[in-house]
Amino acid sequence: MSESMERAQPANDRHPLPREGDRGEGHPTSRRGFLATSAAALAGLTLAPGIRLVEIAAAKPDNEPVTAKVRWGMLIDTTRCQSGCTECVSACGKENGLSEVTKPRTDAQWIRKIDLKDLKTGHALSLPMMCQHCAHPPCVDVCPTGASFKRADGIVLVDRHICIGCRYCMMACPYKARSFVHEPHTDQNPEVPRGQGCVESCTLCVHRVDRGGTPACVEACAAAGHNAMLFGDLNDAESAISKRIREVKTTQVRADLKLDLGVRYEGI
Amino acid sequence: MASAPTYVETQSRPGAFWGLLVLGGLFMLAAFAAFLHFEHSGHVVTGMDNQIVWGMPHVFAVFLIVAASGVLNVASIGSVFGKPVYKARAPLSGLLALAMMAGGLAVLAADLGRPDRLIVAMTHFNFKSIFALNMMFYSGFFAIVAAYLVTMMDRSLNKYSKIVGFLAFFWRLALTTATGSIFGFLIARTAYGSALMAPMFIIYSFAYGLAAFLIVQGSMYAWNNLKLDEGILARMKNLLAVFVGASLYFTAVMHLTSLYFARQIDYERFLLLDGGVYTAAFWLGQVLVGGILPLGLIFTAGNSQKQVIAASVLVVLGGLAQMFVTIVGGQAFPLEIFPGYAISSGFQDGIVNSYSPVLGEFALGFGGIALAFLITVIAVRVLRFLPQDDFAALKIDD
Amino acid sequence: MKSLAIAVLWGLTFAAAHAAEPGRTPLPAIAIEKPGQCVEPKDVMRRDHMKLLKHQRDKTMHEGIRTKPHSLNECVSCHASQKTGTVLGAEGFCQSCHDYAAVKPDCWDCHQPKAKPALQSQSGPSNRDLLDAMQRGRGGQEVKP
Repeated sequence: MSESMERAQPANDRHPLPREGDRGEGHPTSRRGFLATSAAALAGLTLAPGIRLVEIAAAKPDNEPVTAKVRWGMLIDTTRCQSGCTECVSACGKENGLSEVTKPRTDAQWIRKIDLKDLKTGHALSLPMMCQHCAHPPCVDVCPTGASFKRADGIVLVDRHICIGCRYCMMACPYKARSFVHEPHTDQNPEVPRGQGCVESCTLCVHRVDRGGTPACVEACAAAGHNAMLFGDLNDAESAISKRIREVKTTQVRADLKLDLGVRYEGI
Repeated sequence: MASAPTYVETQSRPGAFWGLLVLGGLFMLAAFAAFLHFEHSGHVVTGMDNQIVWGMPHVFAVFLIVAASGVLNVASIGSVFGKPVYKARAPLSGLLALAMMAGGLAVLAADLGRPDRLIVAMTHFNFKSIFALNMMFYSGFFAIVAAYLVTMMDRSLNKYSKIVGFLAFFWRLALTTATGSIFGFLIARTAYGSALMAPMFIIYSFAYGLAAFLIVQGSMYAWNNLKLDEGILARMKNLLAVFVGASLYFTAVMHLTSLYFARQIDYERFLLLDGGVYTAAFWLGQVLVGGILPLGLIFTAGNSQKQVIAASVLVVLGGLAQMFVTIVGGQAFPLEIFPGYAISSGFQDGIVNSYSPVLGEFALGFGGIALAFLITVIAVRVLRFLPQDDFAALKIDD
Repeated sequence: MKSLAIAVLWGLTFAAAHAAEPGRTPLPAIAIEKPGQCVEPKDVMRRDHMKLLKHQRDKTMHEGIRTKPHSLNECVSCHASQKTGTVLGAEGFCQSCHDYAAVKPDCWDCHQPKAKPALQSQSGPSNRDLLDAMQRGRGGQEVKP
């Protein structure tokens, strides 16, 4: 139906463009040419022609603090999400140095696939669940040291330098987004320091985002051809994500809690 | 008051005394070993995981903290409400408050993921966090109760004991309100997120604190071969009955109200009917052992101090069961992230979370009790805490 | 009481005397294996490296500033031993000094002490790094796709 028609056209605003903000820089410069080459060199990604992975033009300069002008958000199309697929979960694990889940009760899981079934109608769907990066995060309210905090650009993080591992934020999170590191680790990704005794959760791949990249899960979903995840600036009215959430109905999980989430879902 | 209360030192029985110290010391050693093991290997060696994040150590710790605040009630009834019988017991009550608070906080600190960062916890405060406010209340509690003890035990400072007593009373109410609000402010889980949590914890603290006091007082009297005056016993046991009854009332109101909320019926059914160990802990532990049986024992006690002590022990056990139901039961019930949907995932979504505490967690919890025990035993041996009631003077007052 | 005080004082003196013996604690092995300047003068680093790192960590965490001069990853990539690939170990750049000073910073509980090329799996380099590497002709040695 209309759905398949939409899938046929590789419209820019349906594919998960990582950083929106390009105001239509028309002509390719040598810098962009170089970047396209180097982007292709990154981890074997194949994208449709004309789809740029990185928008350096609008990237935040390295030595300036993040501001509230930008609010990072994600849109997940649950109609494109398949029950058995765990591309996003594997990508997150690889990117952030999370070990393979051998002990599901204590191993950290920053993103997970949830299978849902409506109790009354029997309608089944599947979606990834991660930290929802609330604008009014309960985890930030309850952290005794202030380690759990919300950055100016909306990303909710744990400052592991001052986290004391009390786990109160885990009690407070309505989405069970947080994990506690139960064991010592030595194989961390240098970009993602993590260790025993602190609480952690999805960072929206802040180490990538700060350098003009996209979260690994979004990239992986696109690379696998599912295109169920879209990342972008919610404050930019012209970004693909903002346009999309204007066009179609999207919901926030547990919207009754009025936490004003950065992650929205389509098709629930 | 006709005359100031007098205190005597406890009887010297060195063999038994050292025996008590060794007993307490052994429990503390076990707790310390558990602490080292958890800190070295990480919490993977405990029964707590990403689903049940607060377990047995927290059950013991929160119980001790709540009871510590409640045990000060005995002193407050003396200074704030001016009842001389209670005034005589105020120093012991203050000591127990300090000792039990120390025990509870020690367990909490020992269970942190990063206990080496205790200094960070004391220097970085998020003032919106009720947990941070609790920490400030606990520190203030130590200072105020210590000052209170000094004003009561140093005759030259006796005139300040009333005002410091008032301060201690209101500080304690604020502290217990804050402790209850640790759970009351959480919106995420059906079991919490209720304004009723704070006053309920206050009433629980009165009951647990008085029960703990009666146990310690009874032990001290038995050690010194003294008999507690029947009038005092009657007064205190009836007060305990009032507090236990009030606790049952709050529990009933909370659950009856929840039963009216369709969105909370699932949790109530879990807790009251098919929650397995949590249902048992609630009905048998909290309600029966912690409520109905003590009431029965108190009202049939007559002059039997033993029966009153037994009732107090049951109240304490019921209190531990209540903390277990509140803290662990509240986490065991699955988070309702998508109301109306059955959910499943690789992260234990949608299922009742199981919890198998390891021995070390119990060791840690008992270590907190042992710390309170050791502080109390040493202090009552060294200083004069045993109230020698001046019966002639008290005959005139109520 | 007096004899106890004397015994304690004697014990402390004994310990202090022994501690001053040369060779009892191995001196730090500061091997500068990579050529070039450190980002700050040596005496500044010696005194203030912990302050610089602490300031930088707050800037990175709260403001997202990931510039190079005081980035811990950059320190590691330069100072990691060529042989072991890490700044830890008995002769590691960071650990040997801290062992000598009897200081145990908890940085390495979370931060990766091995320099990037020594790691098998890691995230792709930032585009900015690629850009820098190519433009400054460093041959991409530090940066592996």
